[in-house]
Amino acid sequence: MNTATAFSKKWLILILLLLILTTFPFYSHPYLVVSITSILMYVCLTVSWVIFCAPTRYMSLATATFFGVGMYTSGILGELLPFPLVVICGGLASFLIGLLTGFICLRLRGFYFAIFTFGLNELVRNSMLWWEANVSGTVGRWVIILESLTIYYYMLVIVVLTVMVAYFLRRSRFGLILFSIGESEEAAAHIGIDVTLYRIIFFAISCFFMGLAGAVMATKWAYIDPRIAFNPILNFTPVLMALFGGVGEIYGPILGASLLTAISEVLLSRFPYYYMLLYGIIFIVVISFLPEGLVGLTRKWRKEPI
Amino acid sequence: MGILEGEEVTKHFGGLAAVHDVNFEINQGEVVGLIGPNGAGKTTLFNLITGSLRTTAGEIRFKGKKISGLKPHQICRLGIARTFQTVQLFGNISVLDNVFLGSICGTTTPMSTPDARKKAMTYLELVELSAKKSDLAKNLPLAEQKRLEVARALATEAELLLLDEVMAGLTAPELVVATSLIETIRNQGKTILIVEHVMQAIMAICDRIIVLHHGVVIAEGKPREIAKNKTVIEVYLGTDDYAKH
Repeated sequence: MNTATAFSKKWLILILLLLILTTFPFYSHPYLVVSITSILMYVCLTVSWVIFCAPTRYMSLATATFFGVGMYTSGILGELLPFPLVVICGGLASFLIGLLTGFICLRLRGFYFAIFTFGLNELVRNSMLWWEANVSGTVGRWVIILESLTIYYYMLVIVVLTVMVAYFLRRSRFGLILFSIGESEEAAAHIGIDVTLYRIIFFAISCFFMGLAGAVMATKWAYIDPRIAFNPILNFTPVLMALFGGVGEIYGPILGASLLTAISEVLLSRFPYYYMLLYGIIFIVVISFLPEGLVGLTRKWRKEPI
Repeated sequence: MGILEGEEVTKHFGGLAAVHDVNFEINQGEVVGLIGPNGAGKTTLFNLITGSLRTTAGEIRFKGKKISGLKPHQICRLGIARTFQTVQLFGNISVLDNVFLGSICGTTTPMSTPDARKKAMTYLELVELSAKKSDLAKNLPLAEQKRLEVARALATEAELLLLDEVMAGLTAPELVVATSLIETIRNQGKTILIVEHVMQAIMAICDRIIVLHHGVVIAEGKPREIAKNKTVIEVYLGTDDYAKH
């Protein structure tokens, strides 16, 4: 198969997938729409995590923080502004806090960066709890309620946007520069790359998309408090999903997030008692036998027939 | 006025004076060797010049402009590039893209992708690696990795090149290639400061040699003078007194 047909085939699949996703709510069960929305949410979070963390090898454990900032923006501005603006504000708020975080942890690398970001989430969650309990007087707040169909389409648009940015970034020189930082930060600095600037900007960009998702998803929960918005589990899920899918190709995190979300939904409804156990076993098997994630599997599968 | 000047350059790590009151001047187009026993402060001096480390005292000037205190990427863009004692390539990036990165990031003038690729290819040809442009950098043998590092440094359009032990660990035929490569680079008008332990090579290539010992310059001069310098011989081989015991 030559590259031209492979290329058009890839786009054909993509367009078909988008068509299915857009028309899907018209002929499917409403419950499925809700499930797919949650898949979209995890795809968005995983892909935005991958935008910064995969090439630079900085492991951020603060996805929940930036997702939560989006949620809270939605909670605060939900009734004041038209909803599309609320979503953009959610993204921008996360972007700004991402910039700030980037500035604060400039010198941190490796484990220290991971622990810092995890600590950041704890700090934000507990500060918000304290603030609500002691200053504003009420813990938690109501968020405007949107129809599940509306949420679905908002999430679809955001996912398409996130994936497009991730895709074009990967192919651009900026993607290469981020990758070089992950390969050797020292060498990168010595060939003229402003490593600090790249780190801050692209970390903030990845936070932007997490914020967008948070602002939309808040309306699904209708009620949010710091424990929901800054739930530490969400710091880890995107990492697991990215590893599960493999970060070598753009479809890796998408596949990983979709499959893992679907699997966990099925497991949760079929085997509520063994859910975590089965989830864990699947994960361990994939990581042990496919260190490159599902991407590694598709690569093997493609190579073998030849 | 030299292209690179150091005035009382000092670096202390706690109580240890890794580099102490070092003065140096390197002229445009010169190839200068920096030698000295292990721990003499050669790599520290490289790190000070390229901004990896901050000077404790003193000043380093490049083309008359103070560069001590600037960050590595700023210094690189002014026109100083380096290689590393232990090779620091982007291992999982292709050979061509390693050099391409140097050409898009190393200068302040923006460059289109095709132009930068073309430029990267010319540097790959210079170091005789164009046949391996699609290989991952980590899969090259050591000698080629070292040449690739040189190509990446050259792609930043540096006027001054700092080579940190580019010949260490090379076989005799590889040494010949490396030596002639340095000759070629110098003929293109670049200034080179080179740290090296391979003495034959250093004696053959350099116009001038600076000898560091315990962070202090103990000798400076033409290769022939250095080879006969009593202090230098003592530092490398020990004194007669020692031999008698």
